[in-house]
Amino acid sequence: MNAPLPYTGISPITEDSWQDLASHTVARIALGRVGASLPTRETLRFALAHAQARDAVHTPLDLSALSASLQDLQLPSLQVRSAAPSRAAYLQRPDQGRRLHPDSRASLLAAGVEPCDVLFVVGDGLSARAVASHALPLIAATLPLLHEQGLRVGPVVLATEARVALADEVGECLQAAMVVMLIGERPGLSSPDSLGVYLTSAPQVGRMDSQRNCISNVRPQGLPYPLAAYKLAWLIRAGRSGGTGVALKDGSAAEQGWLDLQTRLAHDAI
Amino acid sequence: MSYAITIGPRRYRFDDLKTLLARATPLRSGDQLAGIAASSAEERVAAQMCLADVPLLTFLNELLIPYEQDEISRLIIDSHDAHAFAPIRHLTVGGLRDWLLSDAASSSMLASIAPGLTPEMVSAVSKLMRNQDLVWVASKCRVITRFRNTQGLPGHMGVRLQPNHPTDDARGIAAAMLDGLLYGAGDAVIGINPASDSPETIHTMLAMMDEVRQRYAIPTQSCVLTHVTSTLELIRRGAPVDLVFQSIAGTEKANSGFGINLAVLGEAQQAAQQLGRGTVGDNVMYFETGQGSALSANAHWGVDQQTCEVRAYAVARHFSPLLVNTVVGFIGPEYLYNGKQIIRAGLEDHFCGKLLGLPMGCDICYTNHAEADQDDMDSLLTLLGTAGIHFIIGVPGADDIMLGYQSTSFHDALYLRQLLGLKRAPEFEDWLESMAITRAGKLQAQDHQQALLQLMETV
Repeated sequence: MNAPLPYTGISPITEDSWQDLASHTVARIALGRVGASLPTRETLRFALAHAQARDAVHTPLDLSALSASLQDLQLPSLQVRSAAPSRAAYLQRPDQGRRLHPDSRASLLAAGVEPCDVLFVVGDGLSARAVASHALPLIAATLPLLHEQGLRVGPVVLATEARVALADEVGECLQAAMVVMLIGERPGLSSPDSLGVYLTSAPQVGRMDSQRNCISNVRPQGLPYPLAAYKLAWLIRAGRSGGTGVALKDGSAAEQGWLDLQTRLAHDAI
Repeated sequence: MSYAITIGPRRYRFDDLKTLLARATPLRSGDQLAGIAASSAEERVAAQMCLADVPLLTFLNELLIPYEQDEISRLIIDSHDAHAFAPIRHLTVGGLRDWLLSDAASSSMLASIAPGLTPEMVSAVSKLMRNQDLVWVASKCRVITRFRNTQGLPGHMGVRLQPNHPTDDARGIAAAMLDGLLYGAGDAVIGINPASDSPETIHTMLAMMDEVRQRYAIPTQSCVLTHVTSTLELIRRGAPVDLVFQSIAGTEKANSGFGINLAVLGEAQQAAQQLGRGTVGDNVMYFETGQGSALSANAHWGVDQQTCEVRAYAVARHFSPLLVNTVVGFIGPEYLYNGKQIIRAGLEDHFCGKLLGLPMGCDICYTNHAEADQDDMDSLLTLLGTAGIHFIIGVPGADDIMLGYQSTSFHDALYLRQLLGLKRAPEFEDWLESMAITRAGKLQAQDHQQALLQLMETV
């Protein structure tokens, strides 16, 4: 049997001298190294985050809770599901997640909803946690800006096993001029609750991704609600005249209103 | 034309070339989703046997996507180099595999036939190749590109430093950039995926990276990975644009889903070259691809996802890019279900790109809804290192906090360098030595005197 290594008091980990920079980002910087490799502590920290993100993908959206909270805001809601029969099918069949289940389509067509300028669809996507946490606050922050523009907003449609393009069919059924899809983005290790926003004018089945505008990573640690709402309202205003898609460039960040909001948020954070 | 083969009591018939290619493809969820995969393991091998006997000339005569309806089909046929093709024009697909693996297929020979190969020929032969074949033949291919440094030399591998931040925060990006540089990454490019598509935000990022590069005289290039039309607009506004980025796919219809075509890519290439910012070369384009993008845009024409992917390389090749990488596991489990499928696809994409003469890199990655983990990434990383990958991605701790997926880390690149003795682009390696970040290529511990740490003061 070999003798144990003599205790030298020297760690095999090379620590990084720029650890203070970690305050600027949640990225995994200044991790240190053992030789060229990750220290044990970081390997395990990473494994735990991956395990949690895996679990987030498979947690279902609590529709009744969401619909009750919408009720509190005086917002009527409708519930639909996509053609994907299960989570497993949803993950492997995006085509099914983009189309309404026939029963849901029939119920939307029979709902007797008045045509509207803007329709919000809330879809679980790949993180029900993102939707449960951020969809409502974002809608609440956006509504006053849309009312300022004199726009008619339809009932909120809650959709399960939903992909982005599901909103096209929903918008088509309810005769919306524009549809806003709020959907759970794929969970990242450091952001299991990131909300994506997709804006599409003249929604109908078959719209391409180049015909949408996207605002990603809406959450307090990402793009905060007031800024996301400002951006969304800006895109809606611009998109109403020229349509959405790659031709519509987001110019919201150049506006005084945006800068004021940023300043206010920075001030609030102090 | 139809193809048929009899195996024991069963006769397998394939209606046309694209059906034959689809049935011959190693199993993956995307082809199953498209309803074009082989329905049994035996049918798959039957198709491979049938495919092995197809003459290469067939691919010039039987187009998978009509010439009249797809500008990429036109590009492939119109730019085919008959002279380069001459040495292999008599071969079948199976014969091409044998030739590629033989000693006759030297590095210089492979480079000289590249313009004579079409994406469909290359895709076809890859379907008959095992992982070790894909590794070996790719390792013989040499593709060298230049902008502010020299990439693709034998025994070298680059790293794209990817310092993304979920809100495009300048200090957050700078901190990740600094981390990467101090870990010896960034010779391929310092490339940010912006969260915003606002031209003002992107302009600010470009200016910040350019200032850092100039202040420390870093022989590398920067890029903000935004839509090509936005980059064109930024060039017009005088922003410091080194490389033009664009995601591309293998059919005209899929590219139109991305809002691009060949003309706009050509316009952007010309605009960037006119800036004359490269010091040792003018490869100004950076493309990303990935199996499944054509199907995802419902623009695949019944062609299997790997063949669509290789057709995208014909687009890339037309614009002499500095860098191309497949983002292999990003698209999700509906296209590549698990670690095994991601690893196979990564090796195929790298091989096919290299054989067509591209500076092929790989974003070795997966998402949290795929059946894959770090062990799978370690396997693909090691395999691609031995295959001579042009460059890989470097993200702090392998966790991209903006795009929400796992790629490879700065540590992963160091592991591969020490395992296989892979060097960085020579100009960049010299710079790291001059900054005392490395000594004889080996990373050094840094104290607070390191001049690069003052980088944060500039943002």
